[in-house]
Formats: sequence, structure tokens, C-alpha cells
Amino acid sequence: MTTPAPYRSEQPVGRDGFAQLVRAEFTKFRTVRAWVLTLGVAALLMVGFAWLTSPHVGVCVVGPESRPICSTPSVPPVPVGPGGEPVVDTFSFLRKPMIGNGSLTVEVTSLTDAVASGNGNNLGPVDQVLNPTHTDLVPWAKAGLIITQSTVQGAPYAAVMVTPSHGVRMQYDYTDDVAGLPGTVTRSSPRWLRLRRVGDVITSYDSLDATHWTKIGAANLAGLPRTVQIGLFVTSPEDNAGTTDSSASLATATFGRVRLVGDPPNSGWSGQVVGPNPESYFTLPTGRNWFKQSDGTFTVTGSGDIAPQVSGGALQGAGETTGLLASGTFGLVPVIVLATLFITSEYRRRLIRTTLIASPRRGRVLTAKAVVIGAVTFVTACIATAIAEAVSRHVLTANGNYLFPLRTLAEIRVILGTGLLFAVAAIGILGLATVLRRSAGAVATGIVLFVLPFIIGANPSSSAADWLMRVTPIAAFAVQGTLPHFAQVSDAYTWSNGYYPFGPWVGFAVLCAYAAVAFGAAMWWIQRRDV
Amino acid sequence: MEATIEISGLRKRFGPTVALDGISFRVAPGQVTGFVGPNGAGKSTTMRVILGLDAADEGAALVDGQPYAALRHPLSHVGSLLDAGALHPTRSARNHLLWLAHSQGLPARRVDQVLEDAGLQAVARRKAGGFSLGMRQRLGIAAALLGDPAILILDEPFNGLDPDGIVWARGFLRSLAVQGRAVLVSSHLMSELQDAATHLVVIGRGRLLADTSVAELIAAASDGRVSLRTTARSQAATVLASAGATVAVTGSDTMTVSGLAPERIVALLTESALPFSEVSAHRATLEEGYMELTRDQVEYRPTGLGELER
Repeated sequence: MTTPAPYRSEQPVGRDGFAQLVRAEFTKFRTVRAWVLTLGVAALLMVGFAWLTSPHVGVCVVGPESRPICSTPSVPPVPVGPGGEPVVDTFSFLRKPMIGNGSLTVEVTSLTDAVASGNGNNLGPVDQVLNPTHTDLVPWAKAGLIITQSTVQGAPYAAVMVTPSHGVRMQYDYTDDVAGLPGTVTRSSPRWLRLRRVGDVITSYDSLDATHWTKIGAANLAGLPRTVQIGLFVTSPEDNAGTTDSSASLATATFGRVRLVGDPPNSGWSGQVVGPNPESYFTLPTGRNWFKQSDGTFTVTGSGDIAPQVSGGALQGAGETTGLLASGTFGLVPVIVLATLFITSEYRRRLIRTTLIASPRRGRVLTAKAVVIGAVTFVTACIATAIAEAVSRHVLTANGNYLFPLRTLAEIRVILGTGLLFAVAAIGILGLATVLRRSAGAVATGIVLFVLPFIIGANPSSSAADWLMRVTPIAAFAVQGTLPHFAQVSDAYTWSNGYYPFGPWVGFAVLCAYAAVAFGAAMWWIQRRDV
Repeated sequence: MEATIEISGLRKRFGPTVALDGISFRVAPGQVTGFVGPNGAGKSTTMRVILGLDAADEGAALVDGQPYAALRHPLSHVGSLLDAGALHPTRSARNHLLWLAHSQGLPARRVDQVLEDAGLQAVARRKAGGFSLGMRQRLGIAAALLGDPAILILDEPFNGLDPDGIVWARGFLRSLAVQGRAVLVSSHLMSELQDAATHLVVIGRGRLLADTSVAELIAAASDGRVSLRTTARSQAATVLASAGATVAVTGSDTMTVSGLAPERIVALLTESALPFSEVSAHRATLEEGYMELTRDQVEYRPTGLGELER
């Protein structure tokens, strides 16, 4: 019997690299039409939920005489500070003009507060404020000295003040905050405050005895005009300690031994309520005297704040963020299914054998799959988020809601960050599905991990929301957080107001940790298990 | 280097079940090696071990001198068909081959070539989920040929083929061997391998029963037997049996006689005046040779397995 010569193929051998594997996995993906359609469904859900969950009504507040004031399709003007950020600038001001350099010194002997009942956007009516339900001090009520360019809202300023819970502070241009002496003001333990102007520089000092003075800080207000407004101010923000209740408050402070060194020396004081904004803040009714003077002692009552705007209080800027969060959460559902099927359909039909016969280096196969599912979900989520964001902003603006200015860089981070969130989530689910080899278990686990926390946390009365946003993979939605957050503004920095407990990339790292565990387990198993 | 598969001392357990119990054999180029054994004998497990899908507890399986997992362009070394049903139902036949080709860096025109070789051009763009088992087998064979490998491993490729398809497949396997390729084909039906295989590896319950050429197996099974055709079947059987022969009736007027030389049979029948029309040295079928080998090895013997048609 003769045997033919061993076979020699004349076909050129192809390349055998990782790129070929990625290409093969992409070919697998794009040649199953249902999978490509699923990506489309994910994109549609993302845009659809952004539209559905963005508030379609404007913000209404209860104004004077309990009449509701609703924002109209034209967005109400929000004062803007020197840095371009939206600010609150409402306070009672006992002022006089000052030309050139000078200084003002005062002794603050008391600061009391009254909090109205009321909740949310509906600030309590005047009567409730005047007949307070309780007299807890609002932590960031403020009483002290201020030098401001003008009484127009948003004007550059520097101020030194006492607060109920944060001691003496120097604050300027809305966002800057420096701590001075700690402690609370009482009649037996007053605080002395001094504000001095030299050119563009305003320096603040505090003292317990009017003898020993400590410099708190200095603010350089470039371009300050020669004539400024100087005087005493009192203001008291909404009480936002709770997550759902916010109530108007009135603070009253007593000042003594006021001493102005400057020009003109003998002009009189005049009281003015600066920038009452009925859209957002409790308005002091006219016809009452909020400024009292006797024997060199001044008693000033005020409500409002001099601070940067944050979401969740007077402004409902959270709408966009919650829209994007719902958009992302529900867009993840088809992505979870897709990432699962990308591997379990192979196990189910034993196609995984063909795959691993073609590429026996299993770790590379799984990595190629991860690259493909990560890339297609990244691109889809980026495009859908860009559209969802535009839709959300459009709905909010058209309904008269205020939108916080969004810097281009932050906008790019929201879009690319959501894309990365989807990619990493898909890779984690791919890993989980590889370990389980069954669709049902992987999809169910994915939904429990990504959707359930959202549903639980979306209930504003849930105290678990903050906790869930830290320990579950949806912590990564912090990449969508764009709202400003200031330590010197007390507010419910909660999920429902559009805030995340972690910064964008810390939250993203939580998801990455989950995905790394799942994908690592998959890499370990796939290389050790018979198929 | 010669393209071969070398298996030495493979052992594998699945829990308490011993699937492979020290299997060793070699698949040589230029011939079709039939890999035969009853269902559950360990054929598929052996093939999965060769292809690196299952890890053996002991022993080694080398392809071209290397473990499969170490091959750089695996589909250019070994083409395999384990399970014709391993297809995504909504992916077209051509796209199934396309991703395989991409994984090896092979061009799309190679896909069209193997589709043509397997006679699937007409259905290339149809969803594989709608294919009959025969069409899937052809698609599986096309996939095995994609890398133009010198070694082919086919697990039960005749399953689901119609008679025409079986004839086509046999000729196709022979032509692959004639080109110098090493072809390992498993089957639980020896008859399917008739006219296709020239070498046989027979296993049962995870053990190697025979590693022999087809010619040797048939010769061994035929040894010392005589075929007899007579109209007086029962009288002839009585006469021959009383003379010390073992008689097996094979038909209404045929029987196989062993233990007596043909001359002695003719003499005994003539003495008893019994008519006969044929006395010849018996040539066993492949089936008979196989049945003899596996008589004690069948694990799941369906009723009527002995009645397998030729």
C-alpha cells in the first residue's frame, strides 16, 4: 500500500494576533441583527427616559400673601456673581457710602433665628415665619460687616460675619470662605469684627475683647470703584437640614459700638433689603421696620443668603441630572442583556468550542470579547447621552426651569464618563455571564446590581439612597454629577437633588472594582474549565 | 515535519466515571483513520482533549508535535468538526465562516472558496438556524477546511446525511487522504466507514481495543471460516456439527462454518447426499470484525444493534 506524501497547504498563513481576534469578535457581534438592534433599543431608552423624567412643569413657589408664583417659559433672571456662577444675593443691609480707604468696626452681641414651617419649594407664608414653629438656629445664618461694590445682586463684595454654627467667617465674591474665631455669639461672649479697605484689598479681623485682634484674611477685589457701600448686614438662608423639608428663616442680630473710620464721616445709615427675589427666597414684607436703632445699638432682621447657588434648594437645577440618571439606568438594561448573550449564546449552542478551537489562548478570546462589547456600548452610550442631555436641557428650559451653567469640560466628562460607565458595566456583566454560563442568572444579577438601587434610591424618603450610591456599581453615575457643591452652603446634597456622594472618578472606580472582580473570575475560570 | 496526531496514555475521569483509561494511538498522514466505538466509549472526549477543550488527567495529545493550545495558527494545522449544531441560529452560513476566517487572519475569499467546495454557495446567506442537519454537516466540513489544514478531526460527520450525502462524504474523505492529509473520523457505526477508512482505531469504555488497518481486521475476522450455500440447511447443519464444526446460520440458504476445512465439508456433504451450490472461504465484513471486538464493550446497547444493516 502506498501512502501519499504528507499534505502541504499552499494557502498563505494569515496573521495570528490579538487584532484578528477582536475583528473576529466584532464580526460575530455585527452579524447577529438582534444584537445590533438591542444597542439601538438601549439608545432609544436612554433618550426616551431623559425626556420622560425631565420635569415638564416649571417651578412654583409660594410668594407673598400665599399666592403661588410659577416660572414662565422665560427663565427668571438668576443673579450671577463675578466668577460667572449663579448666586443668591438677598440680605438686609444697613449701609452708607464710603469714598476711598477706611474701616468699620462693630461688636455683635446676639444672633437669633426663627424658622417657619413649610416645605420644599413652597416657602412658608409670612405669618408662619413671624410665628415660628421653632427657633433652632440655621447653621449658616449670617450677621456682620460688608463692603460691596453696589446693591445690585451679584456685585463683588467682601464680608466678615458671625454664624450660629461655624464661628466667625470671612467670605467674599460668593464662593470664597475663610474661618475665623470659633464659637457662638452670646451677650456674655460677644464678637468684635473689623473690615478695612486699602485700595482693592479688603482685610478682615476678629477679636473677643476689642483689644487683641486677629487677621482672618484678605480679599483682592480688582477694579473696586472708589465709592463703595459699607455697613451691617443680616441674612438667613432656608433651613435645608432635612432632605425634603426646607423652610424660610428670619435672623435677627444686635450690633453695638459701630465705629466707621472713613469718608464721609458723618452721613446717616439707611436700611435696604437687597435683591429680594420672590422666585426663590422668602420676601420680607414691606411696612415693617427691619432696622432698629437705639442708644448706638442696631437691631437688624434679615432673610436670604449671600452665597453661591446650589441645587435642591430654591433652584431646581437637579432636573437634568435626574433625567440623565434614569436615562442611564434604563439604558443599561438592554446592555446587560446584550453583554450576557454575547457569551452565554455561545455556551448554550456549544459555539464556545468552535471559538476556543479557533483561538486556544482563552484569556485572549475573553479579552477580545470584552474589547468589542466595551467598544460598542461605549460608542452607543456616548451618542445617546449627548442626545439625552440635549433633550433634557431642552425640556427643562422650555418649561421655565433654571439650568446651572455647564462648562464644556464637564459636559464632555458627562458624555464620555457615561460611555465608560456602560463599557465597564458591560465588561463586568460579560465576566459574570462567563462564570455563570447561563443567561438568566447573569441578567438577573445585573438588574439587581444596576437597576434595583436606582428604584430604591429614587424614593426620596429612602435613607438608603446615599449608601446605595456608595457601595453599588451605580456609584459610577457620579460621572454625571455637574452641580456645584459648597461647604459653606448648607443644603441636602442628595441624590434626588442631583448630588452624588463620591466625585466622578471615585464613583467610577467603585464600578471598576466590581467589573475587575467579575472579569478576573471569568479569566480564571475560562482557562481552567473544560468546555 | 509530518502532520500527525500522537496520543499517549490519556486518562480522564468525569466524577466517578472513567472516560478515558489510558488511550494511545497515532494518526498518520495520507489515510482516513476511522475512530470507532460504541456510544459512550470515549471518542468525543478524546477529540476534545486533542483540540485542547478538555484537559486530560494524565497523558498527552500532540498535534504536529505540540499541544494544540500552543499552535500559532490552529485552523491551518487542524480542521475539526465536533458538533454541526454549534451555530448561532440567526447568523448566516457565510458570516459564520467569516468570523472564523477573521480569527485566523484569513481573507473573505477563502470563505467563498470553502462554501463552494462544500456545495453551499446557494444557501450561503441564509440563516444557519434554518439548515437541515445535512446542511449543517456540510457547513461544519467547510469550516474545518477553512485553514486548508493537513489534519482533519471529524466527529460523527455522517450523522444526518442522506444516502447521497454519505456517498459524497466518503468520497470526500478519501480525496482528502489522497492529498496527503491525516483524517481522523469517528463513528459509532462501522458500516459508515466502509469504503472510507483504511485504518481503524477501536475503543470501548475508554480503552483501546484495536489499532489496525482495515485489511488486517477483516482478515482476522475471516480466519478459518467457510461460507456454505445449501437448500438443505438444517440437515447440513446437523451433519457438520456432528463432525465437530461450529455453524452459524446467516440466511435462508446460507451459513458460516468454522472448525472444518473446505475439502472436509465438501466430502461430508457429498457422503450424506446433501445438495449445495457454493462452498467458499468466508470474507468477513468490517461490521463483523468490529462486532467481534466490541462484543463485551457495549455500554448502552440498544435493542437490535446486532441487526445493523449493511
